[in-house]
Amino acid sequence: MGNIVKVGMADLNVCKSPDMITTLGLGSCIGIALYDSVTKIGGLAHVMLPDSTQMKDNRNHAKFADTGIEELLKKMIAAGASRTRLVAKIAGGARMFEISSGSSIGNIGERNAQAAKKKLKELGIPLKGEDTGLNYGRTVELYAETGEFRIKSVGKPNKSI
Amino acid sequence: MPNYSLEDVNGMYIDVLRELGNIGAGNATTAISDMLGLRLNMEVPQVRLLDFRELGSAICAEDEEIAGIYLEVSSDIEGSMMFLLRLESAHYLVNKLMCRSDDCVEPFGEMELSALKEIGNIIAGSYLCALSGMTNLKITSSVPFLAIDMAAAILSVPAIQFGQYGDNALLIETEFGDDVKINGFFILLPELESYEKILNALGIQM
Repeated sequence: MGNIVKVGMADLNVCKSPDMITTLGLGSCIGIALYDSVTKIGGLAHVMLPDSTQMKDNRNHAKFADTGIEELLKKMIAAGASRTRLVAKIAGGARMFEISSGSSIGNIGERNAQAAKKKLKELGIPLKGEDTGLNYGRTVELYAETGEFRIKSVGKPNKSI
Repeated sequence: MPNYSLEDVNGMYIDVLRELGNIGAGNATTAISDMLGLRLNMEVPQVRLLDFRELGSAICAEDEEIAGIYLEVSSDIEGSMMFLLRLESAHYLVNKLMCRSDDCVEPFGEMELSALKEIGNIIAGSYLCALSGMTNLKITSSVPFLAIDMAAAILSVPAIQFGQYGDNALLIETEFGDDVKINGFFILLPELESYEKILNALGIQM
């Protein structure tokens, strides 16, 4: 295997086979992976909030699902990926605490997942796999050689989508 | 929406939090030592102003498991607060509370989780009591919610809340213990409007 590219919170990056790209401990945030199986280029964004248009300070594109996915798409194309071949997989969007009241933060994970799906649909990128919601954290790894999107959680077997 | 950002507020707020950290940690140490029948010492709390992106790794490695206790805060101010413990500290406190030997590190069952929630509740209550005493504001809290998971996943909750308003986050670190040191981390997350109330109550004009 090649190098490991690490993506932090409100961050995004791309890698080429044989490298792997990962982000650790997604909670209510969403990890969006894009992949081109011919050029074997993979990209990963770790976004925190659904909608940049609702925020006064939206300079950091990788913070939001809408602008983060657009930015990742640009970066994928710049790296040589073909837009028409791109497929997406998403993970995260958990509800880490069972907060009862309807506070805006209570369902932020769910709203993040919805916003990511909406943006992918708008851009015409097919969603090939999804592991979102529930109440636990996820570490995700995208292997650029195979396009495998592996999800690791505490006390649960690894899974691939 | 007030016309100042969290960046502006946090500069002033950091001194308030330092004092809150001192009193809160003092209260918490007393409460925990009474409950466990131990004599605990407390170090001076550290207040750290971080970029919210650093929050996930501020306590330990991002994929290391920690315990997080979350409470919603209401009445005169609205918001939430969190208390975070590294897993070894959580085990230590639970073992003490349940009169077990210190080296018991079995995964937490229902009983242990409930004990941990109560510990979190007492510690969080100590901080809120300090804040309420300093500001003369009425502050009530919800029942505690507990999660044990990867640090970055748990800290994504406050990171998202800080991230809504700006790019930085405030963390109070307190250390207390006797022979074993317990590190606790405390995060207070008022709604933006409530910052003003807290600062005004302390005589700081925006």
